[in-house]
Amino acid sequence: MSRIPAVFKRLHGAGRKALIPFFTAGDPDKGSTVPILHALVRAGADIIELGVPFSDPMADGPVIQRSSERALRNGTTLRDCLGFVAEFRATDTITPVVLMGYANPIEAMGYDAFADSAAASGVDGVLVVDYPPEESAELHDKLKSRGMDSIFLLSPTSVDERMDDVARLASGYVYYVSLKGVTGSASLDLDDVKSRIPRIRAHVNLPIGVGFGIRDAQTAHVIAGVSDAVVIGSRLVQEIESSQPGQAAGNLERLVSEIRRAMDSPA
Amino acid sequence: MQMYDLPDRKGHFGPYGGVFVAETLIHALDELRDAYDSLRHDRAFVAEYEYELKHYVGRPSPVYFAKRLTEKCAGAQIWLKREDLNHTGAHKINNTVGQALVARHMGKKRIIAETGAGQHGVASATVAARYGMQCVVYMGSEDVQRQAPNVYRMKLLGATVVPVESGSKTLKDALNEAMRDWVTNVEDTFYIIGTVAGPHPYPMMVRDFNSVVGRELLVQMPEAIGKQPDAVLACVGGGSNAMGAFYPYIPHKQVRLIGVEAGGLGLHTGKHAATLCAGKPGVLHGNRTYLMQDDNGQIIETHSISAGLDYPGVGPEHAWLKDTGRAEYVAVTDDEALDAFHALCRLEGIIPALESSHAVAHAMKMAASMSTDQVLLVNLSGRGDKDMNTVARHSGLSL
Repeated sequence: MSRIPAVFKRLHGAGRKALIPFFTAGDPDKGSTVPILHALVRAGADIIELGVPFSDPMADGPVIQRSSERALRNGTTLRDCLGFVAEFRATDTITPVVLMGYANPIEAMGYDAFADSAAASGVDGVLVVDYPPEESAELHDKLKSRGMDSIFLLSPTSVDERMDDVARLASGYVYYVSLKGVTGSASLDLDDVKSRIPRIRAHVNLPIGVGFGIRDAQTAHVIAGVSDAVVIGSRLVQEIESSQPGQAAGNLERLVSEIRRAMDSPA
Repeated sequence: MQMYDLPDRKGHFGPYGGVFVAETLIHALDELRDAYDSLRHDRAFVAEYEYELKHYVGRPSPVYFAKRLTEKCAGAQIWLKREDLNHTGAHKINNTVGQALVARHMGKKRIIAETGAGQHGVASATVAARYGMQCVVYMGSEDVQRQAPNVYRMKLLGATVVPVESGSKTLKDALNEAMRDWVTNVEDTFYIIGTVAGPHPYPMMVRDFNSVVGRELLVQMPEAIGKQPDAVLACVGGGSNAMGAFYPYIPHKQVRLIGVEAGGLGLHTGKHAATLCAGKPGVLHGNRTYLMQDDNGQIIETHSISAGLDYPGVGPEHAWLKDTGRAEYVAVTDDEALDAFHALCRLEGIIPALESSHAVAHAMKMAASMSTDQVLLVNLSGRGDKDMNTVARHSGLSL
């Protein structure tokens, strides 16, 4: 069963918000991925989105594009990503892991093989950027029957009927993309986020994570005040990119700890 | 006659097509689908489009009997549909005029486009100038090098050309970058996709705008030879000129439809762009279709002498026509295309685009084993002025 609902229940009881870091598997090298997963947990991550590298990451800005390119140069495949999760699970049976990526590696592996392997590896949720609800019913069913959540995006351009479409298939949480643009774009519009969240809540009865454009502890703190979870990606990937060899996990741990403290500090 | 009414409401051609995009684009695609649905049945819009095709593009384009090429091949007659004579020198303008008019009706002031060989970029820059719109064209930096004359043409027409440095620096990466621009500027920007690929409604809309080619042929060929041709041939990269020529012929089952892909250095070398001949189905750029990919689902770099065919995907309707057997898909190599290029120059006084030369090459192969009363119609999708540097380099010259 997916570990995600229990996380939100526990946090809700404690009056805290979820911190969801993202990074690309296989970046800067394959050997770093599992140590980074553990470092993020030590730093206070509640759920981790693990990026599956793809050759044509259309929804990503330059920072995550480059991380995908590095990971692919290291030969990182979807099967490797599933292997990283299984290795992480050997010592961490609590922290949910969501695989985030694009459709084609899953298409190439086949839905059944992917769903079986993801379940066996201990994956809790799957977010495929270019599988909107209307094209993903079949994969969703296969994930659901194996106890995994389908995570979907909502954006500033999502109309009310769209939120209903997403609500029909989504479980775990929904991910509100807080700006029009690719990952790592300019800062988000706080007022827009504040006004959108209640509208989403009226249509979707799931925790709402907010991401895209959250680059520092202060923004994370403010977003935590209006949402259920804060997703932070490009900023962390940038940290990996600028780290000396062998230093990425340690640097991320420091950075994410700082964000965690800001999120948990009183308003 | 069985009705062919694909795509379905959600943009599917059998298992292919669809809408595989990030959530931010869904609303824009819904709006575009609704706008196009109403405009395609709007008499005033259709009349406006047809007026532009006649007076601005210069349609109808003629069909031409390539007599000396036919004599050389000593077999079936080879006829050419002269899309190279259109304004801007290729079929691409049929589509950009149509989409620019849709954009204008939707109140969009800024258009973006991706381009490989530069023909679609030039056609987009052209209509942007014609209708007073801002235009940004994304082009792989590799292609910017290969197609310098077209880059300058776009600039003359007032467009901004953005070289794309990511990935393989070719057409697919230009498409990725255009998608990223669109996600960011979705409210005021219209994305003119240049081929019959991408998310619904693009494959249908681009097909519809290009199908003026096939509709003209249905009338022109009986006028010229008293019957329809035995086969219609067209090159296939993304597949827009082929789809335009094939679509009106789909119900005419006696006419073979033959798509000619870029065989590059040969299918056995792996260095080619023959997606339908050698690829596998998958999802890229908003639709499910055949793709050039590795076993892990990563898109692989393609190779073709012609930048316009150098693309790892193909329109979803071609994928469907292949699977159902209604159309056949073959590949010819760079060298075969070059031979056809030179043959057409020398024998007919027509300098074809390297893309179109692929279709000519296959027609020459086929003709030799056919009888003189049989007819092959080749869609000569573009002219070759843009390819002077490439051809000269292959002949060991530099211009």
